[in-house]
Amino acid sequence: MTSSGTLGRTTYYVLTGLVAVTFLLPILWVVVTSVSPNSASAQTDGVGLGNYSALARYGEGLGSYLWNSVIVSTVAVVTALVAGAMGGYGFARFAFRGKNTVFLLVLSILMVPYAALLIPLAVWLNEIGLQNSLVGVGLVLALFQLPFATFMMRNAFSAVPRELEEAALLDGCGTVSAFVRVMLPAVRAPLVTVGLFVFLVAWNDFMVPLFLVGPTNAPLPLAMVNMRQQTMGVIDYGITTAGVVVLAIPAVVLFLSLQRHYIRGFTSGAVKG
Amino acid sequence: MVTHIPAAAERVATDAVSGADGGRRRRRTRERRDALRGWAFITPTVVLVAVLFLAPIGLVLVMSGSQWSLLGGFQGMNSPDNFRNVLADPLLGDAVSFTLRYTALTTVILMPVAFFLALLVQESRRWNNLLRTAILVPSALGIASASLLFYALYSPQIGPLNPILARLGLMDLNSSILGTPGGALWATVVLIVWRFAGYYMILTMVGLQAIPRELYEAASLDGASRITQLRRITLPLLRPTIAMTLILSIAGSLLAFDQFYILTKGGPNNSTLTVVLLIYRYAFETKRDLGMAAALSVLVLVVLVAVSVLQLRALGVSRKEGDR
Repeated sequence: MTSSGTLGRTTYYVLTGLVAVTFLLPILWVVVTSVSPNSASAQTDGVGLGNYSALARYGEGLGSYLWNSVIVSTVAVVTALVAGAMGGYGFARFAFRGKNTVFLLVLSILMVPYAALLIPLAVWLNEIGLQNSLVGVGLVLALFQLPFATFMMRNAFSAVPRELEEAALLDGCGTVSAFVRVMLPAVRAPLVTVGLFVFLVAWNDFMVPLFLVGPTNAPLPLAMVNMRQQTMGVIDYGITTAGVVVLAIPAVVLFLSLQRHYIRGFTSGAVKG
Repeated sequence: MVTHIPAAAERVATDAVSGADGGRRRRRTRERRDALRGWAFITPTVVLVAVLFLAPIGLVLVMSGSQWSLLGGFQGMNSPDNFRNVLADPLLGDAVSFTLRYTALTTVILMPVAFFLALLVQESRRWNNLLRTAILVPSALGIASASLLFYALYSPQIGPLNPILARLGLMDLNSSILGTPGGALWATVVLIVWRFAGYYMILTMVGLQAIPRELYEAASLDGASRITQLRRITLPLLRPTIAMTLILSIAGSLLAFDQFYILTKGGPNNSTLTVVLLIYRYAFETKRDLGMAAALSVLVLVVLVAVSVLQLRALGVSRKEGDR
């Protein structure tokens, strides 16, 4: 389809320009607002980082919430990558009884709304010694991304020619070293896709920690929402906007640098909307 | 070193015997070894699924039939009291009808917007990569961050929208956009469309790219207008994609939580209470009753699994159409 017909060149550019501005404007606004002196906590007049220093001192301190986010994201990414890569290889390359049952079970995670599992998980994690635990939050987030990770990695391993690992085995590699030294490097790109996706989900997630950990153990998104609610009617929008920017920076930077992987993740269709 | 000799000798022996028997035995040991390796590789998956998926599903079923308070824990079975209490709660009807209304509204707006954007950025023009990126950037934000962002944007104190809407005569300068039921609903829909349009745009684009170019060329030669081409070629061939995005959007909106927890907490006057928000309230706010929360979770689970089965069937249909 060429658009030489009804849409003139100028109309087209005006239209696309308007669309781009609509999507970017809220982000630009929050960045500008976060450095403006429009809240009680900003101590300087004019542009400044007052909101950010207020944010840094808030509650347990920004550093502690960021650290909680780092723990949750790391556990989620490592778990999803290990289970996804090993599982994907197992499902792609070996024949064994029960394989299809387990694979279907993994896919059925997609069907079950995770909101419905958070109440029992809150009780169950206490039972298995993961009460108020960021590791628990990370593991739960990894579980919900497991269908995506497994599916993606199984397809990636299936696409690798069998000769590659046969050659490795002939050269004296065991199954494990053939997997680690030959197969994993061959699926580097899908591994990055899975890792990026799980990181963004874990970094941004608010609901799982809301159900599973207390306010002192909050990752940054939950901490931001808690902050807003604890100030009893007086909402410090300066801190809120600064927090949104701090949360957005890693996500947007990663997105911009790894856009291609991100889109591949979307279109593989196993992502929950 | 020594241990290798018997193994080698055995291998020589079986080779010497050759015949069908040895071959079968060798095949059988290979199969057993394969099975062991397969299970070894999927062990982390099996552990995760068993501990964090199957166990909580079992537990939610037990909890839904038990008296189970937030602080007191398990206090005996009471089935089916929780279900009776949940179904008797007038808030459930409100939550279900609001959730359905919200789902319909979001889907009806999101789908055409995504379709329009996909048509707009589909061609490879110089600026289209940048435009695509701009539309996708909100998808990199979490729903919680996006909600906090819009919470500030909608605020009467610092939000730029309040003065604009007031000047247009749509509201009082000092009242809040989120302060009326209608305002809160629309404000949330705008947020969600902003956040998800790029995601659905990409899915739609993949569908558009699967349509053979020759169809359009042939239609142009036959003198079909662009509107006719859209109606007769694009929309029918895009049906599987539309079905998929539709069901993704419906399933996602039925579970709406973050945006309402953050923007409205279900207010004003419970007018934006969603079903999942009600689960949260039962468990941690009003009732502190995990049994009731579990019962409502089971109801949500059953409904959503039904929606997913529908999804699988729709995708199954689409695969058949793709083969044709």
